Amino acid sequence: MSQSPTTDTLPPTAGDAAANAVQGIDQAAGNFSYKMDYAFDAGTGLTEDTIRYISSVKKEAPWILEFRLNALKQFRAKPMPTHWATKDLENINFDKIRYYLAQGQKPKRTWDEVPDDIKKTFERLGIPEQERKFLAGVEAQFDSEAAYSNVKDLVAKQGVIFLNSSEALREHPDLFRKFFGKVIPTGDNKFSALNSAVFSGGSFIYVPKGVKVSHPLQAYFRINAENFGQFERTLIIADEGAELTYMEGCTAPKFSTSTLHSAVVELVALKGAKIQYITVQNWANNVFNLVTKRGVAHEEAEIKWIDCNIGSRLTMKYPGVVLKGRKARGEVISIALANDGQHQDTGAKMIHAADETTSNIVAKSISVGQGRSTYRGVVHIPKHLKGCKNNTECDALLINTNSRTDTYPAITVRGDANSVQHEASVSKVSEEQIFYMQQRGLTEGQAMSLSVNGFVNDLATQFPMEYSVELKRLIDLEMEGSVG
Amino acid sequence: MSQLDIKDLHVSIGEKAIVKGLTLTVRSGEVHAIMGPNGTGKSTLAKAVAGHPSYTITSGDVLLDGRSILVMEPDERARAGLFLAFQYPSEIPGVSIANFLRAAVQARMGEGEELDAAAYYKRLYSKMDLLKMDRKFTSRAINDGFSGGEKKRCEILQMAMLEPKFALMDETDSGLDIDALRIVADGVNALRSTNLGVLMITHYQRLLGYIVPDHVHVMWDGRIVKSGDKSLALELEAKGYDWVKTELVPA
Ligand SMILES: Nc1ncnc2c1ncn2[C@@H]1O[C@H](COP(=O)(O)OP(=O)(O)O)[C@@H](O)[C@H]1O
Ligand SMILES: [Mg+2]
Repeated sequence: MSQSPTTDTLPPTAGDAAANAVQGIDQAAGNFSYKMDYAFDAGTGLTEDTIRYISSVKKEAPWILEFRLNALKQFRAKPMPTHWATKDLENINFDKIRYYLAQGQKPKRTWDEVPDDIKKTFERLGIPEQERKFLAGVEAQFDSEAAYSNVKDLVAKQGVIFLNSSEALREHPDLFRKFFGKVIPTGDNKFSALNSAVFSGGSFIYVPKGVKVSHPLQAYFRINAENFGQFERTLIIADEGAELTYMEGCTAPKFSTSTLHSAVVELVALKGAKIQYITVQNWANNVFNLVTKRGVAHEEAEIKWIDCNIGSRLTMKYPGVVLKGRKARGEVISIALANDGQHQDTGAKMIHAADETTSNIVAKSISVGQGRSTYRGVVHIPKHLKGCKNNTECDALLINTNSRTDTYPAITVRGDANSVQHEASVSKVSEEQIFYMQQRGLTEGQAMSLSVNGFVNDLATQFPMEYSVELKRLIDLEMEGSVG
Repeated sequence: MSQLDIKDLHVSIGEKAIVKGLTLTVRSGEVHAIMGPNGTGKSTLAKAVAGHPSYTITSGDVLLDGRSILVMEPDERARAGLFLAFQYPSEIPGVSIANFLRAAVQARMGEGEELDAAAYYKRLYSKMDLLKMDRKFTSRAINDGFSGGEKKRCEILQMAMLEPKFALMDETDSGLDIDALRIVADGVNALRSTNLGVLMITHYQRLLGYIVPDHVHVMWDGRIVKSGDKSLALELEAKGYDWVKTELVPA
C-alpha cells in the first residue's frame, strides 16, 4: 500500500490535439490516456487490507467498513457463475487488478479547477460543452473518484441532491443507508458482492417529492489506468411523484491487458415517480463489464432502462425492475453490438410483485464477424396476481455467417389472469444488401453501419436526440472499424 | 464526354461461365438497349460491371474513360459515375430514402465538405415530383414493403439524385403496369442528356416504345449476336427469340 507511485499509462495517441468540436458527447474519441500521478493507490490484488485502505482513505464510518468486509467474504464464497455464463470469466485475474486509484482531491465544482490532464480528457470527450448545452448536472469520474461534480443552481434549489457516492455517504448518511443495498443485496451475485466490497464513486441522486427534473443528469465514467478495476456504486431515489432522466457514458482506452468494470446501480421509484436511466457505453474491447442494475417501482411508478452496449470484451448485464406496487410499470430497451472478439451477454428481468403491473422488454442485438450476442430474459409473474402484462421482443441481426446469437427467454407466468406476449426474430444483412448500398457509393463499412442504424432506428428515435446522435456515431465507428 | 468500354468480357459464377466474350461501347448521350431471353446473362453482365463480389471476371476488361475499373471496389465505381438500377432492388429495413440518399450524396463530396440540407431536400422533392412519388416516401425505409412499381420508381429517383455518367438499367420495365411504365419512362427521358449514357436491359420491346434507344443489341448465351438501330427491336419482337436461335446463333 504505497502512496504516490507513478502510473504507466499509454502516451497520448496521435490526433491528440484534435479538439472536440462536434456536438454531443464524443465517446468515439475514447482511445487515449494520460500518464497520471495517483496520490492514493490500493496496490494490486484484493485482501482485507485493500478494503481497509480504501475505507480509511475515504474516512468512512465504521458501518461501511463492516459492510465492505462482509461483502468480501461473500465475494470469496461465491463461485463464478460459469455453469450458465461464459468460461471467459475465468480469465479475470483478481490478483492482478488495481482496486483503487485516486488523486486524493475533492471533486471540483467548476471545470477550471479540474486538474489539467483530467480536464483535457473530458474536454476531448466533449463533456463540458454538453453540460453547457443541455444537462441539469454532471458528475465525471476518473478511475476511482469523481473529478468534477456540478448541479445547476436551479435544480439544486429544488432540493435535488446529485453527488458521488463517497460524498453522499458523508453528507447524507441516513438517507443513503436507508436505501443502500436494499434493491440489490450484497450477495445477489459474485460481482455485486465484489462491488459492495470495493465500491468507490458512482452517483447518488435524490429527487424530492413532486419535483420533475426537466433536463438529464449526466454521469461520465472514465477508466484511465491499465489493469484497473472500476467499481462505481449508483443509488437513485425518486420520491413520490418525482421524475428524472439519468444518463451514463463510459469509456476506456485500449490497453493490452484486461480491465474490469463492475458497477452496481440501484433505483428506487416511490409512488407515482418516474426514472429513466440511459446508458451509452463504449468500452475498449479488453474490458470485462459485469454490471448489476435493478430498480424497484412502487405503486404507479415507472422505471425505464435504456441500455446501449457497444464495445467491451464481455458484457454481462441484465437490467431489472421489481414491480412492487399496483400499476407499476417497467421497461427495458436494450441495444447490444458484438463485434469480433466481443461477447454481449445482456437481457432484462421483470419481477411482477403486484396486481396490474406491466412490463415491456425490447432487446435488439447485432453480431458482427466472430462477435457473439446472447439475450437472457426473466419475466416472473406469480399465480396470485391479476391483470399483469408483459411484452417481450427480441430481435437479432447477424452480419456475416460466423456471427452467433442465442436467446434464452425465461418466462414464468402462472395464473391465467395475466397476459404475456413474446416475439423473437433473427435477420441477416445479406451480401446483396451490402452490394446494393455500395453501388450507391457507400463504402462497405458505411453500408454495414447504415444497416445497423436502420435495425435499431425504431428504438433510437425514442431516445433524447443527443443520445441517438451519439449512439449513431458509436455504431458508425464500430462498423467502419470492423471492415478488414 | 465520357465513354464506357466493355471489352471481350468473360464472367463466371463459381465455375460456370455466364458471359462469354461481350464487347460494347456506350458514349455519353447514347441509349443502348440489350435484349435477350431470360437466363442469357444480362443481369450478370450488369452486376459484374458494377463489381458484385460473387461474379468473377475471368478475362476481358471494363474501361471508364480509358481506365480499367476492375480493380475498383463497387462503391468506388459508383462514385466514379456508374449507376445500376437493379432488377431486384434490396430492401434495407429502418433506413429511410432520405437518409440513404443523403449518405450517398455526402459520399460523393470531398473531405470536410458539408451537405446543404435545405438544398438537398429541395432537389429530392423536385425529383420525387418528377416521378410522381408522394413526399411521404422520403421517410419510408428503402424498398421495404414497396410494390414492384414503387421499387422501380425508387431506383430511378436514386439515379436522378446521384447523376451518374452511365446508368445500367436492368429490367426497369418489369412488374410495371402501363401507368407506372409511363411515369418511369418519362422520368428516364427527363434524365436523358448529353452527359448520360444508358444501357437498358430488357427482354420486351415494350419499354423501347417509351424510351427510344439509339442502338439495340441482341444477347444470347452470354454474347451479343446482333446489333442494330431501334428497328432491330421491332424485328425481334415480330420474329421472336426462336429467330435468334435459328438464324443468329452460330452453330
Ligand atoms: N447468383 C447466382 N448463382 C448461380 N447462378 C446464377 C446466379 N445468378 C445468375 N445465375 C445463372 O446465370 C445465368 C444468367 O442469369 P442472369 O444473368 O440473371 O440472366 P438474365 O438477366 O439474362 O435473365 C442463369 O443460368 C442463372 O441461373
Ligand atoms: Mg436479369
